[in-house]
Amino acid sequence: MSASPRIAAVDTTAPGFPGRRFEIPASAPLRLDSGVELGPVTVAYQSYGTLNADKSNAVLVCHALTGDQFVADHHPVTGKPGWWETIIGPGKLLDTERYFVICANVLGGCMGSTGPKDTNPSTGKPWGLEFPVITIGDMVKAQARLIDHLGIEKLFCVIGGSMGGMQVLEWVSAYPERVFAAVPVATSYRHSAQNIAFHEVGRQAIMADPDWHGGAYQLAGVTPHRGLAVARMAAHITYLSETALHRKFGRRLQNRAQLSYGFDADFQVESYLRHQGSTFVDRFDANSYLYITRAMDYFDLQAEHGGSLAEAFTGTKTRFCVVSFTSDWLFPTSESRALVHALNAAAANVSFVEIVSDKGHDAFLLDEPEFHSVLGGFLNGAAEHRGLKFG
Amino acid sequence: MTDPRVLPVAAQARPRATIRVDLKAIAEMIEPGTRVLDIGCGDGALLDYLAHEKRVDARGIEISQAGVNACVAQGLSVVQGDADTDLKDYPTGGFDYAILSQTLQATSDPKAVVGELVRIARRAIVSFPNFGVWHVRLKLLLGGRMPVTDTLSAAWYETPNIHLCTIDDFVDLCGTLGVSIEKAMVLDSQGRPRSLAAPGRLANLLGEQGLFVLRRRG
Repeated sequence: MSASPRIAAVDTTAPGFPGRRFEIPASAPLRLDSGVELGPVTVAYQSYGTLNADKSNAVLVCHALTGDQFVADHHPVTGKPGWWETIIGPGKLLDTERYFVICANVLGGCMGSTGPKDTNPSTGKPWGLEFPVITIGDMVKAQARLIDHLGIEKLFCVIGGSMGGMQVLEWVSAYPERVFAAVPVATSYRHSAQNIAFHEVGRQAIMADPDWHGGAYQLAGVTPHRGLAVARMAAHITYLSETALHRKFGRRLQNRAQLSYGFDADFQVESYLRHQGSTFVDRFDANSYLYITRAMDYFDLQAEHGGSLAEAFTGTKTRFCVVSFTSDWLFPTSESRALVHALNAAAANVSFVEIVSDKGHDAFLLDEPEFHSVLGGFLNGAAEHRGLKFG
Repeated sequence: MTDPRVLPVAAQARPRATIRVDLKAIAEMIEPGTRVLDIGCGDGALLDYLAHEKRVDARGIEISQAGVNACVAQGLSVVQGDADTDLKDYPTGGFDYAILSQTLQATSDPKAVVGELVRIARRAIVSFPNFGVWHVRLKLLLGGRMPVTDTLSAAWYETPNIHLCTIDDFVDLCGTLGVSIEKAMVLDSQGRPRSLAAPGRLANLLGEQGLFVLRRRG
């Protein structure tokens, strides 16, 4: 891990930072679940393809905890391909020659949408911990305002994995008339105790870093990069599986023939995790990490509906495709199954597939042919029912 | 990486004009435009036929993940699930028809399953191999071994069919459950309906399969 101090990772307000912006004005602020009114709010988003004449071909992609709006083009900071470029693009599964694909950075994020690193208009200083605690519901409210702004009454599909899947479920529950098809992938209707526990480890790592300064690190001209890197390292383990880790690294040593009898990264897996941690801090804000993990922890669609998850979907006309992966222990199949049972109880039109994969939670981002074949079939079937015609 | 546009054959929309004869017999009982749940839908042949030929809102439950994935990949609404455990989730009267084709004998509690079928749907359509058909009786009587036939093709030690019954047994079960038999017919070894008035002693002797339309009494 690099010991050199890093100043604020990315200036998303700089001229030339790519992407589109939509502003929710202070005159019509977002009413957050906490009761706070927040405005103005910037929603940074990317779009791909063209909205058709009757505005029926829009697909909203919701990103995961550390994802962002650069779903299908090169990332402006890392230079890497978009995080879901395997399935989104011209001629791909989510064919941007057919669909108008939108992906927005979540509220509280750090890639251009309003978050804790931005300036608090009432103080002129960075929000830091004065930023209001946000929820998955608040993220979706901000997205809905963007969709209003784009003039789209009903989305053809809302799709996302992990925290993105939570947003999908929130969309269907909060705006049942506005989602024709929903694809929650590798996700849950509520964050489990184990998941909250892992998040707490990450948050404590950040807050234990002296450079965190009670959240006011921007004013101090430093970043809690060591804490954030440790948070990322711990979280990254939960995205993989034991099988995948062992296949990739085993007990192989890193650039050495024998053990060092010290605490260098002897093992490849240590070196890999350190790399994951140190590259993450270049593109992510520590306070955003606190806020977004909190939003996930607070998510409980069942509790929000009086303890009956089926109530969240009463009368739904949305077509669902629920997907889980066998080796995902962060959002295990049992959570998806409970969701499917609730959807069945609501007489929803639901498909549910569990994909065999040993790649853990991250499988949803990877090349999983069976997942892609199922997703393609579902989208084609839904498009047929929606009456979408592609020339 | 594989080209995501090239979907497996199963993923390409191809309405099936022809289906197995016994499934056709079931399809003919279904009113167009209704809501149907096919339990044990296999590769989705009947669902696909109903969706395309009868504009039915067709849903399925299938126990094998490979079957489910193949169904969803062709655009059908199917969940992985088990007739024994998952029917209880469905709301009462949520469907016009619940179909259980060639699956009852493989469930662990057929009595509860039949009860659930008539709860969740206005009508239940149930078909099953008839263990009372003459050649099965003959095989057991003369051979002294568990019969292996076209419809019951697995050996005793590997068969999924753990609750085999005869047409008469099934009629008795319906009586015990207070379920009305709205229609009953038998199918021959090719799955073609035979013009026998079932239930009856002759049906139990000659029918290869029983096919029943049930509804909850009252």
